[in-house]
Amino acid sequence: MGKLDGKVALVTGATSGIGEVTARLFAAEGATVVVSGRNVERGSTIADDIARQGGTAMFVKADVCKTEDVQAMVRATVDTYGGLHVLFNNAGISGDTAPTTECTEENWDAVVDTSLKGTFLGMKYGIPAMLKTGGGSIINNSSNSGVVGFPGLPAYSAAKGGIVILTKTTALECAKQGIRVNVICAGTVVTPMVRQFMASNEGMQQYLESRTPMGRLGTPEEFAQLALFLASDDSAWCTGASHILDGGMLAV
Amino acid sequence: MGMLDNKVAVITGAGSGMGKVASIRFAREGAKIVVADVSGAEEETVGEIRDLGGDAVAAHVDVTQEADIKSMIDVALSNFGRLDVLYNNAGILGEASIAECSAELFDQVVAVNLKGVFLGVKYGIPAMLETGGGSIINTSSIAGFQGIPGTVAYCAAKAGVILVTKTAALEYATQNIRVNAICPGAVWTGMTIRIYGDTEMGQKEASAAQPTGRVAKPEEIASVALFLASDASSYVTGTAIPVDGAWTAGIALPVYDE
Repeated sequence: MGKLDGKVALVTGATSGIGEVTARLFAAEGATVVVSGRNVERGSTIADDIARQGGTAMFVKADVCKTEDVQAMVRATVDTYGGLHVLFNNAGISGDTAPTTECTEENWDAVVDTSLKGTFLGMKYGIPAMLKTGGGSIINNSSNSGVVGFPGLPAYSAAKGGIVILTKTTALECAKQGIRVNVICAGTVVTPMVRQFMASNEGMQQYLESRTPMGRLGTPEEFAQLALFLASDDSAWCTGASHILDGGMLAV
Repeated sequence: MGMLDNKVAVITGAGSGMGKVASIRFAREGAKIVVADVSGAEEETVGEIRDLGGDAVAAHVDVTQEADIKSMIDVALSNFGRLDVLYNNAGILGEASIAECSAELFDQVVAVNLKGVFLGVKYGIPAMLETGGGSIINTSSIAGFQGIPGTVAYCAAKAGVILVTKTAALEYATQNIRVNAICPGAVWTGMTIRIYGDTEMGQKEASAAQPTGRVAKPEEIASVALFLASDASSYVTGTAIPVDGAWTAGIALPVYDE
């Protein structure tokens, strides 16, 4: 018996990293999964993989910055699988590493559009579908940088901070309607995006490890386990809350 | 396959409320349980676990007494040979405004809710280190984040629990011991029932103040404790998790109440 038996889950940014691992775990726990992202080849492969392992999944191409893409993604989910119970707004980019004075407007817009506006659009169009399904659980992906400042990533930090308060606001709006909204604030999780960030900034990996009390970085699997908990009925009384996953970094 | 197979858990305040429900849930997930309480009701929880085919032993424990905490940990080691999960859950409310709160009442609430957690952590950790680590869960409250008029000692103690949690998490982060706090909002247990009255009207009144329009069942706290106790939360440490139906998420405006 899986923790998500009978549920339909939509995961954005699911073509790699945290989104991919979470989509696979949700499927292994019984959910029907919509794998969403921009990379058609990767997304289709992941959906096929899940199906080959006995799960049910399909890929839907979507850019979360675009209203029509998000609308179509939700519509495809409901049309194909009959409802929406779990929405994981995961898509995000970290953008360029540069201090506020060097952060270009283009970088700002790209980062905020994907992470913050993408999360807003996901909820804006996901919630009506969930209400028709009888309620559900939304999980947003913020970051430690949404709780404390992160020098060199002004757009990322601002977008992630925005996601925390957006989560709380939407949670309160939906509290009586059977929709729970939570946000995960992870420390450093070793994904392709983070690997690239560490590779392009010398000494960054050692620095991040040294700043993590556990002395190691997190894995996408550990992230996926928290997302699974929030997606499942085990978290029925959790809503409007930030869930820290950081090996103790913010306890300092 | 249970989430806590082969693990041994000690739970304080396990004779009633959240502690009792968590004991039963943990046992269903495969853990062997030391059911600790001061009330005498610990035997009853043990009986229920055994009826389900689980393994449990009772410990009569006053968490304010260092000797009791030491012997509670010994009960786990002597009966089950190890300690993997410690859920420091025992607590009392002690309603009183600042003007009305006697120094004795303040001391008593802090002794149970805060010092009891400290003692549990202090004596639980060495036992956990013997077998490679473990997970500690402390019961704080949303009263550890925000003031609640009429419960000064409770708020002070529960805020303290959060910082004991973070400090312990940091001290043992590299030794495979995780320490987290659960901060419940309104849960329909004996403590809440005493405030509102064990009636439909009482529950209605308690529910009306909640963003969700309801109060929680103790099972909804136990499932969070289970996640923290299990290896699924292996990168979660030093956190204080609100489990409160959005009570502390912000200001619930009546405009969206339907």
